[in-house]
Amino acid sequence: MSPRRTETGGCIDRLRTIRFTFDGAPYTGHIGDTLASALLANGVTLFGRSFKYHRPRGLLAAGVEEPNALVTVLRGEVREPNIPATMVEIYDGLVAVSQNRTPSLTWDIGAINQLGGKILSAGFYYKTFMGPVFGPLKGTRFWMFCEHFIRRAAGLGKAGTAPDPARYERMNAFCDVLVVGSGPAGLMAAKAAADQGARVILADLEAHFGGSANWSGETIDGMPAVDWAQRMAAQLAGNDNVRLLPRTTVWGYYDGNTLAALERVTDHKEVAAKGEPRQRYWAIRAGTVVLATGSFERPLVFPDNDRPGVMLAHAAERYVNEYGVLPGQRVALFTNNDSAYRSAVALKEAGAAVVAIIDVRSDVTNEMRRLASDAEAELLAGHAVVATEGGKALTGLKVQRFDAMSGSLSGDERSIHADSLLMSGGWSPTIHLASQAGAKAEWDPARQAFLPPKPTQRWIGAGAFTGSFSTAEAIAEGRAAGLQAAGGTASSGPLPVVEAAPGDSDPAPVFEIRAKGKSFVDFQHDVTAEDVRLAHREGFVSVEHLKRYTTLGMATDQGKNSNVPGLAIMAEALGKPIPEVGTTRFRPPYTAVSIGSLAAERFGDLKPERLTPMHDWHIANGARMYSAGLWYRPMIYGLPGETVEQAYVREARATRDSAGIVDVSTLGKIAVQGPDAAEFLDRVYTNMFSTLAVGKARYGLMLREDGLAFDDGTTWRLGEQEFLMTTTTANAGKVMQHLEYFLDVIWPELKVTVTSVTDEWAGAAIGGPNARAILAACVTGTAVDNATLPFMGIVHGRIAGVPVMICRLSFSGEMAFEVYSGAGYGTRVWEALIEAGKPFGLVTYGLEALGTMRIEKGHVTGAEIDGRTTARDLHLDWMLSKKKPFIGSAMMDREGLIAPDRLELVGLIALDNRALNGGGHIVEELDEANPHDSLGHITACCYSPALGKYIALALVKGGKARHGTRAFVSDPLRNRFGPVEIVSSHFYDPDGSRMHG
Amino acid sequence: MLITCPYCGPRDVIEFTYQGDGNRERPQPASQDLDAWNAYVYDRLNPAGDHNEIWQHSGGCRAHLRVVRNTITHEILSTAFARGGHKAEGRS
Ligand SMILES: [Zn+2]
Repeated sequence: MSPRRTETGGCIDRLRTIRFTFDGAPYTGHIGDTLASALLANGVTLFGRSFKYHRPRGLLAAGVEEPNALVTVLRGEVREPNIPATMVEIYDGLVAVSQNRTPSLTWDIGAINQLGGKILSAGFYYKTFMGPVFGPLKGTRFWMFCEHFIRRAAGLGKAGTAPDPARYERMNAFCDVLVVGSGPAGLMAAKAAADQGARVILADLEAHFGGSANWSGETIDGMPAVDWAQRMAAQLAGNDNVRLLPRTTVWGYYDGNTLAALERVTDHKEVAAKGEPRQRYWAIRAGTVVLATGSFERPLVFPDNDRPGVMLAHAAERYVNEYGVLPGQRVALFTNNDSAYRSAVALKEAGAAVVAIIDVRSDVTNEMRRLASDAEAELLAGHAVVATEGGKALTGLKVQRFDAMSGSLSGDERSIHADSLLMSGGWSPTIHLASQAGAKAEWDPARQAFLPPKPTQRWIGAGAFTGSFSTAEAIAEGRAAGLQAAGGTASSGPLPVVEAAPGDSDPAPVFEIRAKGKSFVDFQHDVTAEDVRLAHREGFVSVEHLKRYTTLGMATDQGKNSNVPGLAIMAEALGKPIPEVGTTRFRPPYTAVSIGSLAAERFGDLKPERLTPMHDWHIANGARMYSAGLWYRPMIYGLPGETVEQAYVREARATRDSAGIVDVSTLGKIAVQGPDAAEFLDRVYTNMFSTLAVGKARYGLMLREDGLAFDDGTTWRLGEQEFLMTTTTANAGKVMQHLEYFLDVIWPELKVTVTSVTDEWAGAAIGGPNARAILAACVTGTAVDNATLPFMGIVHGRIAGVPVMICRLSFSGEMAFEVYSGAGYGTRVWEALIEAGKPFGLVTYGLEALGTMRIEKGHVTGAEIDGRTTARDLHLDWMLSKKKPFIGSAMMDREGLIAPDRLELVGLIALDNRALNGGGHIVEELDEANPHDSLGHITACCYSPALGKYIALALVKGGKARHGTRAFVSDPLRNRFGPVEIVSSHFYDPDGSRMHG
Repeated sequence: MLITCPYCGPRDVIEFTYQGDGNRERPQPASQDLDAWNAYVYDRLNPAGDHNEIWQHSGGCRAHLRVVRNTITHEILSTAFARGGHKAEGRS
């Protein structure tokens, strides 16, 4: 047994030894130990180096608020930095290392920063990283060189680079009552709510339920508080309507009483059980939340208060009572309130010598004097600690007379020999979650603390969280809160009886002892009281500015210890009372949250893949696919040795020479049905659909409400009250929502339903001079001649026995047909068409050839309908009906939308016979060094096999007026400059003789 | 944030798509009053407080809802079908 381990007491199992390493050295501990308690038991006092000055630091706390003892835990290749050693449960094989030291914890070259204390004061980063603005080092590389080392020196642990192999889980939970914190208040609340039949979740960030009961040394209902807590937890565990979540930090309180929690499922285990995730992210929707989150003890601010061996009083009590570890042999206490006297007695009972209790108050009650004598401690009332001594461990301290009213010191310094100094600066309720939920905390002058705000969401507070620091109050408030949260009113008999040490936790309003030396406010970010005053002298008056300038409270502990002392020092500097200085709002997360837990199962490529019915056929037949939105579509069906350009040119040429076929299943398809379907389409499209005959299709254009072009496509009239609308692939979802919005919100009187049927139909477009002959060879049940199937006509028939719907329409500019069949038969119909096409040399073509043929025809797509263009810009004004209003009709003729200098659709031909690029600008005068005065830009480009030239579509100022003129492409990003001719966008077969046949 | 769909009950906001300010009044389709159209398309109150909104239950029944939401607290005060009919009280 190590020298600091007590013979008995605590929640550890002395019979079971655990082996672990810290900074490479082997240590042992027991089940129930944290890394902090086990190392402390081994006599380790030095845990880390401070952030800025690399000062040696030991344990300040025993729980989640620990600012100094941050470690990195290694598991294989994975390193997790910045975990408080107080929150690491040891297990066999645990490997932990200290942080922020080079090369080792005990010998750290960064500690030289201490000598440059003046340089590294508040605002240091803002001031110095600008570099000297005058003097010999101005603008020299020397400062960049220094910056590299300063930045590396000022840091916390290093994140790893290895991929995290651990599994994380996300859970959604629902409950009537969520109890956060399992101290006496939380246990009572959970029990009371559970007894009412409510569904209860009880969460605590510690491994064991009980909170302060685990170390208070008090008696509840005649038994040690720790036993009472265990019995309560066991009773709760037996209830079907209670879920217990130990090791679970509730870290966020969001709208609608939704809370986020992180359960550390296997971090404390050597090996996870099968199927167990490392951590579990809980999204909890609670009817009512009981906040029983307790309180934090505050440090006092005095010179060298950060020396290893200086610790919070309750933390020492906790190490003794919960872990059986004495933090020191000769202990002194320094306090501004009564609670430290109980700690003194606990230390004494565990075997330490309590050499002195230094109390800033001169009037100490007789009860406290009695506790001091129980601890056999000398009581120095009206005194304060003005210095600590020692190197990497405390050896002694100096005290002086102190006047709590004026803050002045007097008399001679007296030295006291001690290896442990325990301090208590009063208590701050842990109001973080309530603050996150909304509303501002309120300052309570009696408790010298911020108390929780009035609830803006459905939560009820209980215990120390509300400022009721005694266990008896916590028990009463906890039960009342649990009852109220569960909607119960019945009193459930007498309350458990508490026997506790006397004392009033209300402190004297003393936060700082002003004497010579560095007095730390924020231990983790190395912010001193002098830094706060410096910030004030430099004009920072708002607490938010103070925080950012000094970085007070901005470390990973978020100022759990430092907020109130920092504010008090700021208030004193400003000469204002604390409530007028204000406090900052707490924001999630309460403690650090792993990114892995937030992602949980959702990592990697999360996009769903949409595949057409003929997808496998495309892959089997050599298609090179590319993704278009969520869809995968063939780009080319390349032959061995072909480039992409060679492939699409071959495919397009073969289509225009004989026939080609392309998969168009991705087009958006919406069934528009009902008595008012035609009327609805008249309102939605710019052109008329009520005049469309059954069995015919029409090309339609939609505008947005603001008059700009939205989407285009053909719509087929399948019956008097039934239409099949097609949309562009990219806009299918948007058009659907657009239609639903108007039917639901604007025109609910229209009897129309719209249904997305995109996935119900497989579509193949077959075009070219021989397309009709190929159809004739395989279609049964209908003729496909010009009389039966004229341009924009629709027929129903069969291919390979499968019912199909054929519409004669053309995107390629050839005589072309779209063949639709049920999606499940898509491949069968496709293969039958391919088979029928063999004698004609039918080619399959992909998106590249499709794009090439549409550019040759000057058809617009999303590249031109880009949210900025009007129908007129795209020369689609012929589609704007004057006989009826439609969506966008009132707004489309606004001044700016009909201005003569708008960009209009034109065609371009590269006069230097080189490829053009999308996005390249069009200019009148070429100036490669200083490109200027863009006339517009290229939207789509290709090599045109029909023209034998590189061509493009573009949006250019002046548009038609520039047809036949010369301009230049100016594309400095890709260094492409050269002459072009501006022409009509209808490059190929402008009168449409080929498609009309 | 939970929105109570009159069909589907209380559902997470992730299932809904915001479809704009519910205070917009669309002029009659044939109206030539450009000021009215301009107000409908562009003018928004953007209040700090209770706000009439249209939300589509796009990940559910796809109905459009009129929702009164407090833009400061995100409290949903009421929800109802945009096309009229049943009204569901919000969770307070
Ligand atoms: Zn719904």
